[in-house]
Amino acid sequence: MQLIRNLGRSALHSFQRLGRGNLFLFHTLMGVPQLFLRYRLIIQQLYSVGVMSLTIIVVSGLFTGMVLGLQLFNTLQNFGAEQSIGSVTALTLVRELGPVLTAIFFAGLAGTSLTAEIGLMKATEQLSGMEMMAVDPMRRVIAPRFLAAWLSVPVLALIFSAVAILGAYFVTVGLLGLDSSVYWSQMQAYVDWHEDVVNGIIKSIAFGFIAAWIAVFEGHDAVPTSEGVSRATIRTVVHTSLSVLGVDFILTSLMFGG
Amino acid sequence: MQDNEEIMVKIRGMSFEYAGRKIFDNIDLDIPRGKITAIMGPSGTGKTTLLRLIGGQLRPTQGSIQVDGLEVPKLSHHDLYELRKRMGMLFQSGALLSDINVFENVAFPLREHTKLPESMIHDLVLMKLNAVGLRGARALMPSELSGGMARRVAMARAVTLDPTMIMYDEPFTGQDPISMGILIKLIHSLNRSLGITSIVVSHDVAETASIADYVYLVSGGKVIEQGTPEQLNHSSSEWTTQFMQGLPDGPLPFHYPATDFRDELLSGGRG
Ligand SMILES: Nc1ncnc2c1ncn2[C@@H]1O[C@H](COP(=O)(O)OP(=O)(O)O)[C@@H](O)[C@H]1O
Ligand SMILES: [Mg+2]
Repeated sequence: MQLIRNLGRSALHSFQRLGRGNLFLFHTLMGVPQLFLRYRLIIQQLYSVGVMSLTIIVVSGLFTGMVLGLQLFNTLQNFGAEQSIGSVTALTLVRELGPVLTAIFFAGLAGTSLTAEIGLMKATEQLSGMEMMAVDPMRRVIAPRFLAAWLSVPVLALIFSAVAILGAYFVTVGLLGLDSSVYWSQMQAYVDWHEDVVNGIIKSIAFGFIAAWIAVFEGHDAVPTSEGVSRATIRTVVHTSLSVLGVDFILTSLMFGG
Repeated sequence: MQDNEEIMVKIRGMSFEYAGRKIFDNIDLDIPRGKITAIMGPSGTGKTTLLRLIGGQLRPTQGSIQVDGLEVPKLSHHDLYELRKRMGMLFQSGALLSDINVFENVAFPLREHTKLPESMIHDLVLMKLNAVGLRGARALMPSELSGGMARRVAMARAVTLDPTMIMYDEPFTGQDPISMGILIKLIHSLNRSLGITSIVVSHDVAETASIADYVYLVSGGKVIEQGTPEQLNHSSSEWTTQFMQGLPDGPLPFHYPATDFRDELLSGGRG
């Protein structure tokens, strides 16, 4: 009985949060058009969000590519198919690993920092203070951060995939002795611009939207105490990662399932 | 009290509750234009809440709140923000933006709401900072300020748009006697020289009474007493006397509502 009651309560609580989240998204999006008049705010945020993530994305892309090259090379060699490594690597990265890993890394790097920043601004009454100065925090604080985060993810995902392809190239061609022209020609032959690259970009646009929305919402919805903010940052990582993986499955089956 | 022209904020039959707990119960309150009105009461009675209600950050569950003839809870988003440009609010914490320096904090409302040239913003900001004695601190970050300085910066920021009304939330709390003296003088001179309607929320009775034209005593969701500081000091009411003289216990309970302490101890924490 108690269990059912608790379940019911937490389900109700989740629905309430979902409702708040949607309303919040609506208000955020309302603030976006005016931002184009004040593009400086977006550029400032793009700079802080992008620069913060760029190094990590490049480094993790490089290692992911190297590991991928190594693993695939050994496996494909068993089938005598190591020639196809260029296309397999590129497809894996562009379709899946690039968008998914970038979004998850992004949540841990920039997402948590956005959540903490907004949560602390709330806890220290900076958001309230702005409201009373007749400056709408949804427009001044939330919308530019949301937009910058959303825009960054697809770009970072492309950078991640590109660097990872180079990493795999370095391992398979540089270290394991695969022919360089085979690596590239296979890739050109089997990676389709529309089918693979565009679909990958669409995915990362969707993931960027999710990551950005969750990060700013959790910050704005945080209980305004140090503990509340710390919990909100954890929720940002967990919710973003799970939603991205879930949405990835749906998008993959829509795009590549048929 | 006075006729309508003279009343800046008019609250009628207003109730407010947080999650079922009544904070205000059907109160009436008038803030006269161009005067300093003190709202005093024990902590936790809802003084901050009252300021947020007047500023439209919270909505009453019932009743009316008019500022300058406008019904605040019914205003559209746009009209509310227009009204707020004419109101300043000094938060208990100062609420300075922590990622920009003192100068930029004071310049913030100007940059957001006006298209003034940089040179004019520069001069205006320095004038406001000079008025609170912190022109020399313009390059400091908020984290480098003492509590008293932060509040003075917040005060400079609150007057940059030349508001017709300022709400001060416990401006004296936690201040050393010197900062307190400075703040009192500032509030007084802003009111007297610019005629800014001022609402001072406080429980520092003597300091607040020294500059207030009119005082409301609020407790338990009601206005308990009102009048000039002179009248309240000579009030015959026990409540008023207890509060104005700072007696620890009396009709105003020292304790947050609780069950009987003896029962609770005897129940051994199982209650
Ligand atoms: N966000 C909130 N949610 C629930 N209760 C609150 C909230 N903010 C304040 N309260 C309660 O409302 C009462 C009034 O708070 P407040 O206006 O801050 O009092 P004061 O400023 O007079 O000390 C307090 O008892 C407090 O516990
Ligand atoms: Mg308070």
